[in-house]
Amino acid sequence: MPHDHHDHSGLSPSGHPYRADNDTPLSYWQRMEIAVRELLIEKGHLSLAEVAAQIDAMDARSPANGAAVVARAWTDPAFKGRLLDNASQACRDMGFDIGPLHLIAVENTPQTHNMIVCTLCSCYPRNLLGLPPDWYKTREYRARAVREPRAVLREFGVALPDSTTIRVHDSTADMRYIVVPARPDGTDTMTQEQLAALVTRDSMIGTGLPRTP
Amino acid sequence: MPEYVRVKTIMPPGHVRTPAYLRGKTGVIERALGPFSNPEQLAYGLPAEKQPLYRVRFTMAELWGTAAEHPTDTLDAEIYGHWLEKI
Repeated sequence: MPHDHHDHSGLSPSGHPYRADNDTPLSYWQRMEIAVRELLIEKGHLSLAEVAAQIDAMDARSPANGAAVVARAWTDPAFKGRLLDNASQACRDMGFDIGPLHLIAVENTPQTHNMIVCTLCSCYPRNLLGLPPDWYKTREYRARAVREPRAVLREFGVALPDSTTIRVHDSTADMRYIVVPARPDGTDTMTQEQLAALVTRDSMIGTGLPRTP
Repeated sequence: MPEYVRVKTIMPPGHVRTPAYLRGKTGVIERALGPFSNPEQLAYGLPAEKQPLYRVRFTMAELWGTAAEHPTDTLDAEIYGHWLEKI
C-alpha cells in the first residue's frame, strides 16, 4: 500500500508538527516595504551594503550584552546604582552602542519580582539584547502577562510565593526595560564573566530566573 | 505623598499609545520621565508637540477587580500627560 509507511498525525518523523511553506502571495505591507526600500536605493539615499550592514549590526546584538551589564551590577554596587538611576547611560559607559534607546532597569529582590511586556506591539530593548523571542510578540503573552502574570510565570517554571509582589511593566511608549534578576546564592567566589553565563535572556525579561551554579 | 491620577476614558480614532485596558483606571505617578514627542502626531509624520510622559502604577485589584490573581501586584505603564487627570 502506498500509504502504509507513514501516518497522518501531522508530525514529522522527528515528532515536530509540519509547518506550511510560506509561498503565499506577498501581503500589502510586504510589497510596500520592498517598494520603499528599492526606491530609497534607486534614488541614492542608501545602499544595499548599508541595509546588509544594519541587519548584521542587529543580528550581532544578543542577550550576552545584557548579561554582562547584569553581572557587573551584581559585583559593582556603584555601577548598580548608576544602572538603576539611568540605565541608558550606564550601558553606554560600559561601551555598548545602544543608539537612542531609553532604558530603565528594574531590580528583583526577595520582596519584588519584575516582568516586562509590551501589550500594544512588541517593544523590547533590541539595541541592547537583540531581537525578542517569538513568544514575546504573541497576543497570548501580551494579553496574559498583564492579566494573569503568576499563571504565565508558572508556565515558564517560575513559582513565586504570595509574599513576593509582582510588578509587571507594560512598555507602552518611549521606554524599554531590562530586569536585573537577583544574584543566585552560592556565587560569591565567581568572576563577572562566570556570573554573566548565569544570566539568561528570560531572566532579563522577568519570565525566568538566572541559572544556579 | 503619592500623586493620584486617572487615565481619561476617551476613545479617539487613530494611533494612540494608551492601552484600552487602562482607560478610566486610577493609579499613582511612579516617576516623571520628561517631555517626549506626542506619538499621536508623530505616527502621521506631523509636527509633534512635546508631552510630559509619566510611569503610572496601578494595582491589579484596580485593573481587574475580583478577577485579579493577586490584588496587590502592580502594573506600571507609560502614559502621556494629556491622557491623565489629577484626582
